[in-house]
Amino acid sequence: MKAKNQRLTLALLAVVAIIVAALLALSALKDQAAYFYTPSDVAKDRVQPGTAVRLGGMVQKGSLKRLPDGVTITFMVTDNAASLPVRFKGIVPALFREGSGVVADGKFDAGGQFVAETILAKHDERYMPPEVAKNLDGSAMHKSESLKK
Amino acid sequence: MIAEAGLAALWLGAALCLLQLIAVALTVGGKAELAGIVRPVAVMQAALTALAFGLLIWLFVQVDLSVALVFENDSSEKPLLYRFAATWGNHEGSMLMWVTILGVAGAAVALLERKLEERTLLATLGGQAVIGLGFYAFLLFASNPFARLMPVPPEGRGLNPLLQDPGLAFHPPTLYLGYVGLSVAFSFAIGALVTRDVGPAFARAMRPWVLGAWIFLTLGITAGSYWAYYELGWGGWWFWDPVENASLMPWLAATALLHSVTVLATRDGLRAWTLMLAVVAFSMSMVGTFLVRSGVLTSVHAFAVDPKRGSFLLALLFLYIGGALALFGARVGTVREGARFDPISREAGLVANNLLLTAILGIVLVGTLYPLILEASTGTKLSVGPPYFNTAAGPLALILVAIMAAGPLLRWRRDNPKLLAKRVAPAAALALIALVAVKLTAPSISILSLLGLALAAGLALASVAPLWKRNLLRTPLFVWGMVVAHLGIAVSIAGMACDSSFTAEKLVAARVGETVAVGPYNVTFDAVDPTFGPSWQALQATLLARRGDGDVLTLNPQARTYWAPPTETSETAIHTALDGQLYTVLGKQAADGRWQLRLWWKPFVTLIWAGGAMVAIGGALALIGRLWRGRRKPQETWA
Repeated sequence: MKAKNQRLTLALLAVVAIIVAALLALSALKDQAAYFYTPSDVAKDRVQPGTAVRLGGMVQKGSLKRLPDGVTITFMVTDNAASLPVRFKGIVPALFREGSGVVADGKFDAGGQFVAETILAKHDERYMPPEVAKNLDGSAMHKSESLKK
Repeated sequence: MIAEAGLAALWLGAALCLLQLIAVALTVGGKAELAGIVRPVAVMQAALTALAFGLLIWLFVQVDLSVALVFENDSSEKPLLYRFAATWGNHEGSMLMWVTILGVAGAAVALLERKLEERTLLATLGGQAVIGLGFYAFLLFASNPFARLMPVPPEGRGLNPLLQDPGLAFHPPTLYLGYVGLSVAFSFAIGALVTRDVGPAFARAMRPWVLGAWIFLTLGITAGSYWAYYELGWGGWWFWDPVENASLMPWLAATALLHSVTVLATRDGLRAWTLMLAVVAFSMSMVGTFLVRSGVLTSVHAFAVDPKRGSFLLALLFLYIGGALALFGARVGTVREGARFDPISREAGLVANNLLLTAILGIVLVGTLYPLILEASTGTKLSVGPPYFNTAAGPLALILVAIMAAGPLLRWRRDNPKLLAKRVAPAAALALIALVAVKLTAPSISILSLLGLALAAGLALASVAPLWKRNLLRTPLFVWGMVVAHLGIAVSIAGMACDSSFTAEKLVAARVGETVAVGPYNVTFDAVDPTFGPSWQALQATLLARRGDGDVLTLNPQARTYWAPPTETSETAIHTALDGQLYTVLGKQAADGRWQLRLWWKPFVTLIWAGGAMVAIGGALALIGRLWRGRRKPQETWA
């Protein structure tokens, strides 16, 4: 390397690296970030099937059903203004029950049903995730992941 | 009485810290009358913080419920270890631990560092005092651990059961040692900037602290990952949770710093860049502390929301980072350019390593902070999860691994491309063979895992190559350290790739007596019985697992209920075989009497943490080797 401008070259390389990282980060953010919705939000603006979504609300009383395979459940998530059906295959967190706060990560299928990949349920009083605190009276979350596939 | 003594010790420590700063400022400003007191004051300050922390531990072990913090987080029903560990299992206690480690590290610098020019050393201790003062203020004004409670309650609330785990009891101290070690490196950089004394001597003084911090961060991340794996029962080992990122980001910065400081120490190159990285590394520690301690996060680690504390920490963060960047900007022009090197040389390889690590760090930082900033500014909520991090950082990490394989085979200053190609050829060939072999045996493997396995094979061979034709007994310890650490990365990557591609998973609703096949095992659901422990009761499943005609193994996953505070958790049961782990979780009982069981066969998953441990051991070997050599002869030979 020509000795003169080595510092400049290194500085330029650093700038290029940071720009590449920023571009990678932005494109990945655009495709991969999941926005938080309540059932009312979903009712207002349609969410495309297949988009990663984080759905928050309460498990509607009387809506929790277990399918015959013993590991799949369906329930309604409600924010008292609107409600949506959710399906989840997996072991639900210990604190998941009817009437409790819930955040489900997943996607809508073509039929408009929300298929959850992970379920977070209300934890105890001392942990307050901002998401739930704002939308519900809930607090931190216990998580379960569904069977991938 | 003890609580008041602790608080008094803290105030005294803060006053001494201020004195330390004033003495340093006068000395650097030209009035050297107080120069002599800086070192003794640093040591006294450490003794006072240690005393305050010791008193808090005493209060926790004795369960003194008149102290609010003890009431909130302790319970006399808990075993001694958890009463002890509960001291730092909460906000105030852990911040006191932060300050204590900071104080002790400052004292260690004051007592042990003899090679650095005196003014630079004093300026370094001044930097430590500035950091210390901010955290003293935070403790005394926003998180007093010794606050009393009236009236005294009869029993404490207890510790979150998820945290009642021997591994986790020592997880926060490990990470804090890493964070604080980086603060010392930062102070060295500040000292060097103040006195404009940036050179190999400064780099050699700073290196052990960077290495030490990096070892603890490595251990902390590895242990935290294994904890999440077996305690949470989700079968994963890394969730890109902001709290995990809070420990990963300083690690990435420290890894870059570790490599650039070596260039500065051996070749007197990359001066300004090394200073910048020291600032970045400490900034990441501050960001990490802010994320974990301010309560801005939604995660299992999230602590109570308290905006006052959050803003205080945020102000400290901006003050330190802003101040350091301003100093850097003002002084960097006067730092002379270091030694030059060719585009094909060890230095250039390390520059590439640094650029890639920094780029990955940027990606993780954006993914971690963007949701927080977006929500704070517009109210829009979004979550950024593994898909983002894997797509954005994965490709860069693979390139980094390739460069990592070639790096140690490069010569300092200038290398011949043809000779280099010859040295790299065996590793490249092995990587190619591995690529083809894996693709043929597992055609459906994901591209990231395929490349990961191939590169891991190449990296493993390239890592041990520096030992080739060397007298192994006379090879310096720090070369061994590099070999072991790089090999550890290869081992860890192989584990990650195997786990993500070859894991077999079964989720079933089973009746007692039913048998389920998962991976090479047949698992029979034998029974469910109630059981109990010192602070919980549980339903415990008995699973009989058999592999081929082998012995029958018994696994007992539990669904536990803790009493104080009332919490339900699931305890996994894991069997470790040579070639992987059988991982079992007991779920809920369905109305028809069947039980949910979740079973995984995870081939070679243990390599992930074994690799992490190897990386830390490599770091320890390098640290011992450097210190040993530094003791024997002041002038270092080229590594």
